[in-house]
Amino acid sequence: MRLGKTTTQIFERRIDPSPNSSVRKKRLGSKEKWISRILFFCGFFSVLVTIGIILSLFTEGVGFFLRPEVSIFKFFTGTTWRPLSKTISPDNFGVLPLITGTLLIAVISALISVPIGLGSAIYLSEYASDRMRSILKPILEILAGIPSVVYGYFALSFITPIVEVIFENWLGIEVSFFNALSASIVLGIMIIPTVASISEDAMRAVPRSLREAAYSLGATKFEAVSKVVIPAAFSGITAAFILAISRAVGETMAVTIAAGATPQMTLNPLESVQTMTSFIVQVSFGDAPAGSINGQSIFAVGATLFTMTFIMNVISDFILNKFREVYE
Amino acid sequence: MNQPKKEHFKENLKKRHSSAKVFYFLLLICLLVGFFTLSVLIIDLAVEGGPWIRSQLFTNYHSRKPEEAGMKSAIVGSLINLGLTGLFSFPLGVGAAIYLEEYAPKNKLTSFINININNLAGVPSIVYGMLGLVVFGRMFGLFAPDSWLVQFFNLPVGKGALGGLQFNLLGIPWLEIRLPFGRTILAGGLTMTMLILPVVIIASREAIRTVPNSIRDAAYALGATKWQMISTQVLPIAFPGILTGIILSLSRAIGETAPLIIMGAFTYVPFLPKSLWDQFTVMPIQIYNWITLPQSEYRIHLAAAGIIVLLAILLSLNAVAVFLRKKFEIHWS
Repeated sequence: MRLGKTTTQIFERRIDPSPNSSVRKKRLGSKEKWISRILFFCGFFSVLVTIGIILSLFTEGVGFFLRPEVSIFKFFTGTTWRPLSKTISPDNFGVLPLITGTLLIAVISALISVPIGLGSAIYLSEYASDRMRSILKPILEILAGIPSVVYGYFALSFITPIVEVIFENWLGIEVSFFNALSASIVLGIMIIPTVASISEDAMRAVPRSLREAAYSLGATKFEAVSKVVIPAAFSGITAAFILAISRAVGETMAVTIAAGATPQMTLNPLESVQTMTSFIVQVSFGDAPAGSINGQSIFAVGATLFTMTFIMNVISDFILNKFREVYE
Repeated sequence: MNQPKKEHFKENLKKRHSSAKVFYFLLLICLLVGFFTLSVLIIDLAVEGGPWIRSQLFTNYHSRKPEEAGMKSAIVGSLINLGLTGLFSFPLGVGAAIYLEEYAPKNKLTSFINININNLAGVPSIVYGMLGLVVFGRMFGLFAPDSWLVQFFNLPVGKGALGGLQFNLLGIPWLEIRLPFGRTILAGGLTMTMLILPVVIIASREAIRTVPNSIRDAAYALGATKWQMISTQVLPIAFPGILTGIILSLSRAIGETAPLIIMGAFTYVPFLPKSLWDQFTVMPIQIYNWITLPQSEYRIHLAAAGIIVLLAILLSLNAVAVFLRKKFEIHWS
């Protein structure tokens, strides 16, 4: 008897025998509701992060442009960036030197990373066996996992001396110790895996039948790849190129260490330049107080950087989505 | 009819085959560039930094004498930062992943959240530093003496470096709260959480997606509610995959320098943090600091030694992730 009673109690507590028990339904229902609300908040949180980024960049950035010492027109057209000089005037706040410095490094590094990344991708997708691929790809991806401060060290301790030997000793061209070329080279190496993985995906999406058609016409592997696969995957490769530039634009420590801190309008990669990111780091190390002109200028520069990378990411996403539609 | 004749065809098979071979070698060279750089980097580090890995590196703080300089506070700071980041990003990231995979209806808001997460993953890390500085470090200046919030509620805020609002939550002495968070290790952990959150969400979603639908149907058939189904079936199965994703994102976070510099981490911290409200530094910042010093002992040798320690921690995190993935991998047939 006693035993029977306990089992019934357990039974009642665990699996309510009456399915219409409104109490249980209500209790379970409200718990489920609360859980789904909490989970919705977690999902929505990423939107809050975006709002936080935009608010923090643009409130401080607008504060910068509202200052009498600054003019928004001269900021985007001026060719002198001297925010730390004693005379604070709109002429000293032209962001173009930072943008050209950034783009100079980004374009050179993309010119390095895109051919090499593409070559690696072709090998991995068209030539390597599955076994080879499963070994080679993770090793290649280590390159992307190495912290950028390490690449900065590598640029100063290894690449810059080589660049100096080649250009100064052999060619007789003056090279400054901090130069855009070393930064671009390490940045290019850093981005190889990104380019390789996107273009490999693009080439793997090209249907097998296209390759087989090429082979049946007597094409060699080189001809099949260069005349069929690459043209078919071209938009994916373009997206990889844009994404490579976007990555390089946002990269910070390697360029801060290797490219120096000389904001100047130059297209000579052997000179020292300053990028937008390295300016932000320079000011942050200098401990600019909140609300000062330098403390605010990094947000104007940061907002410019954010907008540039955002546009490039959207374009490359758009191209990739279009491309996916073609073969699906 | 214009029948093709023999002179229309050029026989150049030899040339075509040799160009195919040249192409193949070019591809191999492309692949080798990456591997070559990797090995040069490792050799360079081992030669310059290997002899400098000694006990002082782990037991001493940065010193003006290179022989005595170490990175104790940076190693501890990095590890605490890593722990906080994991602690914060785990519930948020997994919660978001569950919502998007299991709950989210197919509507405009959901697709907006999806696009938003993808965009966040492409935002440069330095921007997250600015987010951390304004939102956590300064809290938009809401607790400065002259802000509208402080004046309206007449809050008792302090001035100076330790300014802002300080109180003990519920009067418990060790539950000290400071608003804004300032340049503390708590703000650093939160900044890093924002940075890795998109990656954590994407990785957790993939792990949840590998759980077959038949498992969900079986749970429902036994009368489970949605949350019972998720908490007893989906999450335990997806857990190793989720953990792998989080560890991999943490291994990226440990090498991040810029966001913490912007957020206000210090370069020279001659003590270990005792609470969440202490100043801190992390390994990459210490390494950067050494690289910028003029003496070659710091610039080359100590920096390389520091990098070796950093890479060792990073690689062991990766090894743990790979081990977890291999050990708990389920092949659904």
